[in-house]
Amino acid sequence: MDIKDIIKPENLVYSKSKLFTDKALSYCPGCGHGTAHKLVLQTIEEMGIESETIGVAPVGCSVLAYEFMDIDIQQASHGRAPAVATAIKRLMPEKFVFTYQGDGDLAAIGTAETIHACNRGENIVIIFINNGIYGMTGGQMAPTTIAKMKTSTSPYGRDTAIMGNPLKITELVAQLPGVYYCTRQAVHTAAAVRKAKKAIRQAFENQKLKKGLSFVEIVSNCNSGWKMTPVDSNIWMENNMFPFYPLGDIKVPTEK
Amino acid sequence: MAKIKGAIVVEIEKCKGCGVCEVACPTQVIKLHTDVNGKGYHFAYMENPDACIGCANCAMVCPDSVISVYKMKVEA
Repeated sequence: MDIKDIIKPENLVYSKSKLFTDKALSYCPGCGHGTAHKLVLQTIEEMGIESETIGVAPVGCSVLAYEFMDIDIQQASHGRAPAVATAIKRLMPEKFVFTYQGDGDLAAIGTAETIHACNRGENIVIIFINNGIYGMTGGQMAPTTIAKMKTSTSPYGRDTAIMGNPLKITELVAQLPGVYYCTRQAVHTAAAVRKAKKAIRQAFENQKLKKGLSFVEIVSNCNSGWKMTPVDSNIWMENNMFPFYPLGDIKVPTEK
Repeated sequence: MAKIKGAIVVEIEKCKGCGVCEVACPTQVIKLHTDVNGKGYHFAYMENPDACIGCANCAMVCPDSVISVYKMKVEA
């Protein structure tokens, strides 16, 4: 049996989402951002809402998301994506609005916007990529950097006595009444990707039903910031990030 | 008994050679090539195509979506 007999259009089971543009992603090799982009676009494609979706891109590595996603995207000032998304959703309530933010954007400079948008219960989806570092600027310590983690501004590891404690923003916003669904996922293995996709789908379905804010955290690697190979960084993430940021649903809707 | 046969196609010029697919493959089909593509990355390819079962794990974890997966039933 020749491979050419298998590679036929009718046998295709998995390929690149049609909502990607032809541009090559600007992310480092092995970065979880690409996988997260893919899951968002696949969800939008499966729900058939590509013409009704407006994304809000952050500042950070994913600032160029509008270059790669073939949907309507507004780029927001640093940390202000939830505020911009609030405005878009309130002016155009029939549209699906999501923000795609990193941890420097959402959990550092944009903490106020995030918490207030979550508290108001805006009917939007927030996709939060947490890699525990400021990846774009050269791997400096972020609020989400875990204890003892080495970064370029904490070269001996984060000492919580001097540098403070890492921020679990997902647990924090889960306390707020406006947040309807809150979950933490990862994209480093195929099983995790399947679960993360389900969570993103759930988040968009909640928005369709006007239930309130859905918050999906994706714990991701930053192999260049962590100074590891992509495969090693995924193993390091499993061993060090997941004990502090355990995967799973944090807040699920109680009513049936 | 019918057997499932799979195959992958890698967009060589867009592959960044991260090797995440190599680890994700349950049947050790994928390896990084000793040659490099236009950007100097060791791209992924099917080292052992007969073992591919078309599970799409590699394509699912591929951050750059460069892998397409094909799958068909073969009567043995």
